[in-house]
Amino acid sequence: MQTLFSQGPSVTLRTIILVIISIGVMIADHRWHHLESLRGGLETYVIYPLRYTINLPVRFTSWVEQSASSHQNLLKENQSLKEQQLRAQVSLQKLSILEIENERLRKMLSARPKVGELVLVAELLSVDLDPYRQQVIINKGADKEVYIGQPIIDAWGVMGQIIHTGDHSATAMLISDPSHAIPVQVNRSGLRSTAFGTGHSNKLELRYIPHNAEIEIGDLIVTSGLGERFPPNYPVGRIIEIERPAGETFATVIAEPVAHLDRSREVLLVWHNPPVEEKTEKKEEEVDDAKN
Amino acid sequence: MLKTKCYRVVPPTMFLALMLMMLPLPDWAQPFRPDWVSLVLIYWVMAVPEQIGVVFAFIFGLLLDVAQGSILGQHAMGLVLIIWVVQMLYLRIRVFSLVQQAMVIFALLIIKQLLVLWVSGIVGQAPDLSTYFLPSFIGALIWPWLFVILRDTRRRFTLAKKL
Repeated sequence: MQTLFSQGPSVTLRTIILVIISIGVMIADHRWHHLESLRGGLETYVIYPLRYTINLPVRFTSWVEQSASSHQNLLKENQSLKEQQLRAQVSLQKLSILEIENERLRKMLSARPKVGELVLVAELLSVDLDPYRQQVIINKGADKEVYIGQPIIDAWGVMGQIIHTGDHSATAMLISDPSHAIPVQVNRSGLRSTAFGTGHSNKLELRYIPHNAEIEIGDLIVTSGLGERFPPNYPVGRIIEIERPAGETFATVIAEPVAHLDRSREVLLVWHNPPVEEKTEKKEEEVDDAKN
Repeated sequence: MLKTKCYRVVPPTMFLALMLMMLPLPDWAQPFRPDWVSLVLIYWVMAVPEQIGVVFAFIFGLLLDVAQGSILGQHAMGLVLIIWVVQMLYLRIRVFSLVQQAMVIFALLIIKQLLVLWVSGIVGQAPDLSTYFLPSFIGALIWPWLFVILRDTRRRFTLAKKL
């Protein structure tokens, strides 16, 4: 039987249809975040194997380097690591005492005790995404129960949060991304603010701080825990610049992230126990996603 | 017959192009990275327009979006539109000299980047514009070499006698 479209639709018609689909996909992805499962599937089955292949030479050279590094070097490294360990142990002792004391004080105030946080070490697979955005790919994904919105930190401070997850990898947005904001607090004075990314990995901007606020250059800013996404009291940055332009309502405050955003190779994923209701909600969402 | 041969050569080169887009580069070299996926796809559309077209462009555009972490559909739309232009004009572009072709490619790459930039602008992620169009320029510069390499690849697999 001769059908009307035996040749299939014409190129122009197909183009128009595909452009409309693209626009629909963009809206669904940007506005409603409906397509995480599609993105996750493509990431897991197509992009991750490619990325893995690209990374093979790097892995190989580091393996050769490790196996060929001399006995002397290893001894030296061992020595310095032992020293570090000793130092860490000392500060840890102090910390444990403080922790116990803190717990006791909190109990006296009958506040909710600070619960332990679970962490997992992940390695960066790639940092070279769109150069105008600050994102990284890590080698742990949904199979390790990494979830969207999960904070990541390095040994020095907060790095960012997870925005997409694949089965074996996940994409994280760094705190320096222009579309990222993190609720913070000045450690010394307790002043609350929000640190916005600027697109430069060495600059954060604290907005809406009045001229007379208690803030100085060199102040440490830490996460405030408000917004319930980041656990409280992790270091975020240090104030490096304060300007108080006369005509403006707010001061311009610039901070430098303490995390090594462009140098860290290992990062830590943090599960800070969110309130129970929220967690079950998240689980349900994940299950729904998996079903879809 | 031709169709099966085509699918044996085109997807591998496209995945290679995708890998080149993800290859880690030092920071200073980052803005110079040409849009490999668009370049290779434009070549294949010019060479075998009956088999490779806008649907292929859409699929690889989506993959590029996932690889680059951009909004899904952003690169897909740009690629579909420039591939449509190539589908309309391939008979003319084929007879151009390599230098003339490179100029057409430059125009196509700029159009695609403008489309991507437009979407980025709408969602409020405007990039740094001082180096934004460098990839198109580099892409046009390497076009003659890429063309020769891909043509030889195609001839080795005797894909088509044209071009």
